[in-house]
Amino acid sequence: MGILKNIEREVETMDGFLNDHQMMNSREVFLHEVATVCVLAGKILLQNGAETFRVEDTMNRIANSFAVHEAQSFVTPTGIIFSIENHDVTQLVRIRDRATNLRKVTEVNTLSRQVAQGEINLRTLHRELSRVNRSTVAYSVPLQIFAAAVASSSFLLMFLGQWHDVLPAFIAGGAGQAGMIYFHKLSKAKFFSEFMSSVIIGGIALVSIKTGFGFQIDKIIIGAVMPLVPGVPIANAVKDIMAGDLVAGLSKSAEAGLTAFAIGIGVTAALVFN
Amino acid sequence: MQLFTVICVQSIASYLATCAFGIIFNIPFKPLLHGGLIGMIGWLIYFFLFQNTGSDLLATFAASLVIAMMSQVAARLWKNPVTLYSVSGIIPLVPGGLSYSVMSRAVDNNYDIAIYFAEKVFVLSGAIAMGLVLAEVIYQLVQKIKEMVPQKTGKRIFLSKK
Repeated sequence: MGILKNIEREVETMDGFLNDHQMMNSREVFLHEVATVCVLAGKILLQNGAETFRVEDTMNRIANSFAVHEAQSFVTPTGIIFSIENHDVTQLVRIRDRATNLRKVTEVNTLSRQVAQGEINLRTLHRELSRVNRSTVAYSVPLQIFAAAVASSSFLLMFLGQWHDVLPAFIAGGAGQAGMIYFHKLSKAKFFSEFMSSVIIGGIALVSIKTGFGFQIDKIIIGAVMPLVPGVPIANAVKDIMAGDLVAGLSKSAEAGLTAFAIGIGVTAALVFN
Repeated sequence: MQLFTVICVQSIASYLATCAFGIIFNIPFKPLLHGGLIGMIGWLIYFFLFQNTGSDLLATFAASLVIAMMSQVAARLWKNPVTLYSVSGIIPLVPGGLSYSVMSRAVDNNYDIAIYFAEKVFVLSGAIAMGLVLAEVIYQLVQKIKEMVPQKTGKRIFLSKK
């Protein structure tokens, strides 16, 4: 009989979100809100290419500035676990898509600085973070393609290529970035867009050699694939391992290795027709 | 005269490449221009050290150390994350072309050359990471010394003598 009564009481009290909140004291609610805000900030940072160390540091800083000093966070490239010690507050976020958008990282950094100086409160912070999360401010796609083209031909010169090869590298780099953006929209499958755009780059380099526009196919290809190759992930992976984030570092280097693999196979597939 | 041409071409090319990468990474406009300058200085250091000593390990390490230290200063000066300045600066140093060569040699069945290149990629990215980490440590040490200096001459010594 006693058990039945207990169940009845639980059913009565747990019939809604509000009741649930009434049961908890306001401190618990506050901690939950702080955890939600911290995890949101961490999620934005991690999805947009911040280092593991910075993500953990920012989350702990935000928690600290709301006088929550027992925060613990564990960040890997694929997820975040955040918890507050001695309280039943734990949040877990799964991260699936990662890109590099340093504008969002900058905005979150500015917000966390403002919070640390006590300029904005929890509610404002949450609203601003949601805005940053949704924002789509970016350089336009044609500008990005042009930038990749300029980068490719600059890399050709930096690696001591010849002046004749600047134009093929320019075209191949731009086409590679355009393909990257297009195929990424077409399919979210990992490494597919890298593979396809390196096929395009290899093809253009080959055609330029055959028609007499280009001379050194190696230099053209290396210049043009520079926007695609995982240069930053490789350096970040080693940096993570050195900083003690072993799981994050190893998984990042595996991802970088597979990306380089996709590019290598793509270019070689195009060069088969040589 | 030829050296002058080389310097001009290398500086302009590296500045353009660094800024272009900043656009791909969607860095805000002002840090983009500052980051380009940092990347340019880093690349010139790499280029001339590599030309004169022939050791790409030393050149990479020195360049990434300088880039990271300048990025630390720039980040504190303009109140932005360090990554913003260092990321596009280290792009030319990162053995991206080399890591592409690893895979293309492996696909061509040239495994011995591929492994040689892979080893090189690992060592060079280690050098870059060492440079970045060392710059951070140096910055923290400088901060610590700055904190300690007033204590030595100020109240603390007076208190400890007492």
